[in-house]
Amino acid sequence: MMRNSMIGMVAGLVLSTAIAIAADKPSDPQIAHIAYTAGDLDIKAAKLALEKSKNETVRAFANDMVRDHQAVNDKALTLVKKLGVTPVDNETSKALIAQAEKKQAELASLSGSAFEKAYVDNEVAYHKMVNDALRTTLIPSSSNAELKSLLETGLKIFEGHLHHAEMLAHTHH
Amino acid sequence: MRKISGATFAGIFQLALTFPSQGGEPVRVKITNLAFLPAEITVQAGETVEWVNEDFIDHTATETSEEWDVPIPAEKSAELKLTRAGTFSYYCRIHPGMKGTVHVIAK
Repeated sequence: MMRNSMIGMVAGLVLSTAIAIAADKPSDPQIAHIAYTAGDLDIKAAKLALEKSKNETVRAFANDMVRDHQAVNDKALTLVKKLGVTPVDNETSKALIAQAEKKQAELASLSGSAFEKAYVDNEVAYHKMVNDALRTTLIPSSSNAELKSLLETGLKIFEGHLHHAEMLAHTHH
Repeated sequence: MRKISGATFAGIFQLALTFPSQGGEPVRVKITNLAFLPAEITVQAGETVEWVNEDFIDHTATETSEEWDVPIPAEKSAELKLTRAGTFSYYCRIHPGMKGTVHVIAK
């Protein structure tokens, strides 16, 4: 529990620092890029879990993550196309990718229940970090009403994921 | 304005009265913005509940002790006939914050 909070705090610090470095207030094209990247990284983590885990509940959770994040990202792509917005790469997206790559390598070196525990713990920490960024920075900074609304829906969905991941973490401790 | 004859009016009235019991119309629960609406319903044993998912993501209606587990795909509907009387709490397995209750009363 304590370890989870620490991971969440450190991860949150990395992201909030990256946002602070990137700009005072990220633009809509930057926000779209950050939100899409965050979803894509969670899909990659889920695919790693599907490769490595034989645990039924962990696999079911990973499949849910792939399906939901893909659905949100598909909506985001349709929206940016409609709005004529091109997502712009930025320091926050780069920080997210660097952090996720490091975590993926760490997870890839584990197996069995050690992998499952680390994957689920990371899902709790990752969703806490992304939800916090959505709530405090990305949603308040977005100017377009449709983008803001999609981010708000995304936050509701990801809060559901966090709840689900916390329930799983409880059974894996 | 065209007048509705007495016979037509009686026909419409009779149809309205008899349709639910004849057709066994399901009791609908809408799913929108990650919420079951209404969150609490009452049905008679033997009646069917239909969950209409208006969200673009999949959901489930999973009874708390997993007596039933209904997958409800994105932007689609799913039905379940409830035959046993009792109070059933359910939630979405994917988004466990979504909760609902069905009271099934004996006929």
